[in-house]
Amino acid sequence: MGAVLETSGLTRNFGAIMAVDDVSFELRSGELLALIGPNGAGKSTCFNMLMGQLKPTKGRVKLGGEDITGLSPRQVWRKGVGRTFQITSTYSSMTVVENVQMSLLSHHGEILRFLPYATRQYREEALSLLALVNMADQADRHCAVLAYGDLKRMELAIALAHDPKVLLMDEPTAGMAPKERVALMKLTADIVRRKGVSVLFTEHDMDVVFAHSHRIMVLNRGALIAEGTAEDIRNNTTVREVYLGGGTIFADQGGAAHA
Amino acid sequence: MKRKTFLKSLLGVGILATLPLAKVAHAEDPIIIGEINHYKRLAAFAEPYKKGIELRLKEVNAAGGVLGRPLEFVFRDDQGKPGEAVKIAEELMTSEGAVMLTGTILSNVGLAISSYAGEKGYVYLASEPLADALVWSAGNPYTFRLRASTHMQASMLAEAAAKTDAVKYATIAPNYAYGKDAVAAFKAALTKLRPDVEFVTEQWPALFKIDAGAEVQALERAKPDAIYNVTFGPDLAKFVREGTDRGLFDGRNVYGLLSGEPEYIDPLGDEAPEGWTVTGYPWYDLETGAEGEFVTAYQAEYSDHPRIGSLVGYMTVQSIVAALERAGSTETEAIRAAFEDLQVATPMGDITYRSIDNQSTAGAYVGTTTVSDGRGMMVDWVYKDGADYLPSDEEVRALRPAE
Amino acid sequence: MEFFVAQILTGLANASSLFLVACGLSLIFGVTRIVNFAHGSLYMIGAYTGYSLMQVLPGAVGFWGAIVVAGLVVGLVGLLIEILVLRPVYRAPELFQLVATFGVILVIQDLALMIWGPEDLLGPRAPGLRGVVRIMGEPIPKYDIALLIITPFVAVALWYLITKTRLGVLVRAATQDREMVGALGVNQSWLFTGVFALGSALAGLGGALQLPKGGADLLMDFNILAPVFVVVVIGGMGSLPGAYLAAIIISVLNVFGVSYLPQSTLVLMFVVMIVVLMIRPYGLFGREEVAGEHGQVGEPERPIKPASNTVRMVVAAGLLVLALLPLYGSHFSLVLITDVLIFCLFAASLHFLLGTGGLVSFGHAAYYGGGAYVAALLVTHVDSQMELAFLLAPFGAGLAALSIGWVCLRLTGVYFAMLTLAFAQLIWSLVFQWGDFTGGDDGLVNIWPAQWLKDTTVYFYFTLVIATSGILILRHVAHSPFGYALRAARDSERQAEATGIDTRKVRLLAFGFAGFMGGLAGALFVFSKGSVFPNELEIARSFDALIVVFLGGVKTLAGGVVGAGFFKGIEELLIRFEYWRLLMGLLIIFVVIAAPDGVVGSLRKGMERVGLRRVEDQ
Repeated sequence: MGAVLETSGLTRNFGAIMAVDDVSFELRSGELLALIGPNGAGKSTCFNMLMGQLKPTKGRVKLGGEDITGLSPRQVWRKGVGRTFQITSTYSSMTVVENVQMSLLSHHGEILRFLPYATRQYREEALSLLALVNMADQADRHCAVLAYGDLKRMELAIALAHDPKVLLMDEPTAGMAPKERVALMKLTADIVRRKGVSVLFTEHDMDVVFAHSHRIMVLNRGALIAEGTAEDIRNNTTVREVYLGGGTIFADQGGAAHA
Repeated sequence: MKRKTFLKSLLGVGILATLPLAKVAHAEDPIIIGEINHYKRLAAFAEPYKKGIELRLKEVNAAGGVLGRPLEFVFRDDQGKPGEAVKIAEELMTSEGAVMLTGTILSNVGLAISSYAGEKGYVYLASEPLADALVWSAGNPYTFRLRASTHMQASMLAEAAAKTDAVKYATIAPNYAYGKDAVAAFKAALTKLRPDVEFVTEQWPALFKIDAGAEVQALERAKPDAIYNVTFGPDLAKFVREGTDRGLFDGRNVYGLLSGEPEYIDPLGDEAPEGWTVTGYPWYDLETGAEGEFVTAYQAEYSDHPRIGSLVGYMTVQSIVAALERAGSTETEAIRAAFEDLQVATPMGDITYRSIDNQSTAGAYVGTTTVSDGRGMMVDWVYKDGADYLPSDEEVRALRPAE
Repeated sequence: MEFFVAQILTGLANASSLFLVACGLSLIFGVTRIVNFAHGSLYMIGAYTGYSLMQVLPGAVGFWGAIVVAGLVVGLVGLLIEILVLRPVYRAPELFQLVATFGVILVIQDLALMIWGPEDLLGPRAPGLRGVVRIMGEPIPKYDIALLIITPFVAVALWYLITKTRLGVLVRAATQDREMVGALGVNQSWLFTGVFALGSALAGLGGALQLPKGGADLLMDFNILAPVFVVVVIGGMGSLPGAYLAAIIISVLNVFGVSYLPQSTLVLMFVVMIVVLMIRPYGLFGREEVAGEHGQVGEPERPIKPASNTVRMVVAAGLLVLALLPLYGSHFSLVLITDVLIFCLFAASLHFLLGTGGLVSFGHAAYYGGGAYVAALLVTHVDSQMELAFLLAPFGAGLAALSIGWVCLRLTGVYFAMLTLAFAQLIWSLVFQWGDFTGGDDGLVNIWPAQWLKDTTVYFYFTLVIATSGILILRHVAHSPFGYALRAARDSERQAEATGIDTRKVRLLAFGFAGFMGGLAGALFVFSKGSVFPNELEIARSFDALIVVFLGGVKTLAGGVVGAGFFKGIEELLIRFEYWRLLMGLLIIFVVIAAPDGVVGSLRKGMERVGLRRVEDQ
């Protein structure tokens, strides 16, 4: 299948600083695409432009062929793009299931209703989403008391609520213990497979990247310097230079995550 | 759970409110008058007033009370809030067993109680508030007013001003209803007497937030022949100080509404303005007759001199006693009827509550200020009878809503 | 030209006290994040203390010595307030401390009355500085010149303290990042105490310095408060140069306002504040507030649940008890409970904004008084039927809230709060000034209900039905998708926006809805009293509601209503005592310290602790 999300010549500068410089890529259907790069490479800026938080200086973003450049985060979400945050962003005064229900209510355009009890709306749907991320047993807990890994999974359920075509995950495993990281990415990969969602994610943990992504893009100083499979990237000399001494990271064996 | 606590607290208040219920009047039970005032908000004004009331109460009860029963005032603080005053009015009348209401200094609170009294059929004697609306545009059959109103006192000053050859006038008044009424009344009265006068500037400082230096500069710039002042309290102190320093009052006639009342002039000490024509209360000169007796009795009781409020408080009790005695009962309708054309002998002389607008004919002292013994005083003063400064009957009938 | 120069000099002299008081407030806010409403009271104590000292200290040395000592004394008072009242509540929800400072205001008002008596005190003259000097022929009081010299001197001294000393470094660090200071191993609580004392001393100094231009009186605490907050907000909260510049701007503009627009005295500074915040949302030198800094900090709010059947039964039973009041209560109890119910609805409407929406409005009286005025104006000017006026009042208030909210929602945190206050003040001054239409401060009278409602008992039932419905609707809406969306926007604006929730629209509607309910309370009020006056629109009225909502518990659904019922009841008892403000103030401080989660929140926790209530998932 063709590209679900596509950028062409995406550029953003802050004054004289070129944060993202002429980035073009496409995310294919059902793909897990990783965007990596050293700190300050422009990954977050790139992400924020895709989500609508930042307007690009130049270039376009297309979703399923439709131009979505410059739309607000809300509008981008309505077009079928979900996202998770690097630092979890949840409704701390609500229960786990209510957090997911909020997203469902918004998806069904029922935010401005005054009459029904919110807790009774789309509860079943929310519970099945939680089941998908193995959180069903914690559905009625106050989300402020959850462990960080559970919050991450809850956030994933929230992001999946409107059946997104594309999921943007900003460092999905940041702040988690190594074991949890693997589990979360495995879960994500499963969901991608089952629901046919396409995922673009940034990540610092190379084990996670190499173990789960179908394709990897490397960003440095705002520009894409490499793109390809795990194997390609591992053998790319430019990438090795960028990650100084990165040889140790790029272990010879591909299945490092399972080590 | 939360609801329960809420209801409990509501209930608590409710039950509390039922406690003072079930009072049956006996002959020896006191007649209760409900008094509402701004004891905290305007303590400097309300306290001497209360002392005046208590002095007269003591005299009345020592002489056997009224209608064979002792007279008692229940004093309540309204925080200067009209809504609160209305609630207290209801409580006094229905729970405390008051037969009528009196009190307030602030005009807006007086108007709120007056409106409520008119609606519920409670007699209200507005003792100190000055607003003309109380007896005219917002007047009602149940509200009576004791003190000389804004219109009356402003007319007295206008009369004095008309005798001079000053032509250009400037006014300064606090930016609220009393200030506006006072300026309008002065302008109307003066223009009537002297059509040639001109008002060159009107200054409206926010009440108790005067920017005195700027006001004085603005007045000076207009180069008036004479100035009409309505500011009072801390505003007056600042205005006088800046004006004196900057020479604003030199060679100009200044008229000060109420500026000669002890409440206003005492705090100025030896910096009180000199040569202003003011309305006020020259208690220091009152030694003979009813005027003097009151001053002597007050000083003996409190070791302090009376303020205008003290006199008003004293006269309030006198008026109420006279009305009760004339009514011969404590029924509202009887009291109301008794107040109409009621004549009362007071330290100010005989006053009458006019049946046409329920305004008493109490007047005011008009004189010139000077500083003596380190404090401001009035000299060359005369007492002006209020009856001479009220509009004609036709005018009053046009002002008052039909009854 | 001469006149112009003289006016500028007058303005600059006026800026003096204003700057001293404002920079103290700004400093305190910058470091401790406390919105210190008692700052005006500290200014008042400074004036009274200075006055008393000048009576006993002779000559020029005595005069200037008295001013310095007054500053020190007030600094000491500030120190005590910080240690005794504020230190125990730093961990409480943000802005909760302002309730404590409100208690302090009440206490100081009565203490000042006890100590110095009710009469205004005329400030002593500065020895040797009586009279004027002529500058370009215009008379300028000598003391004005002295102030013109003193203020920059104090400002420079402060600047030196902040930029060149270790204390200053810490203060600046704390203004930027409080956690950082803690991490640096500095004893944060003593830094806070020190800064609070310094800020208080400056307020005291300001109070004593203005003595020769005025004096000391019991209303000066509230009178200085509004201008000082305006100055601090315009300058940017926490910024000293900002406070200096803003004090000068406000004072000079005021002087010109007096000359060229004498009627503008009530509203000028609020207009300036609105204009400045429109152009620079964080004041002239303010720093953008970090998101969430003033939202829900501390322990997160608990999830809410629709009331259980037991609770419903209890509420129904309670309402029944109330409904039967005419059978066992006195006539006056009906009037009293009517008042309490109206206030409960008013507080509940603010609580919806504050608690559910996380939107701290300092100007909620605009909608309460607004509703009352809409009804009263309809009755007065178009002779409207009571029923129609009553119906239209909440819509008028809601509309006002929508338009004000539309402007204010561009801002966040304290600036948002201050802007709502400025608009409320604008409406107040409009009503106050436009006497021909609104009756000015003589208000609108004879606004009585329709014939069928005139009876006190009937009106009591009317209020019971309307107010209870209003409160229950507010409560229900908090449970509806809209209420949840509002909480979502409060908890995480980022997540809400990222999942398609238009947070601005939701908040705006919430603002309008709360305004509508506030207006409904106002309409009930005006027909129960028969009159309405501008004081129903005043800052003080807004704070009545704000205080009870905080005391009741922001983070509990019932907080607003319980707080309103509880404190209205207590006030009813206390007001019978002569020094009731002292008692009320002490009670407020006690509740703030003993129940930092508000009455409801602390009760709930207490019951959980002793096992009366199930602890949910902690």
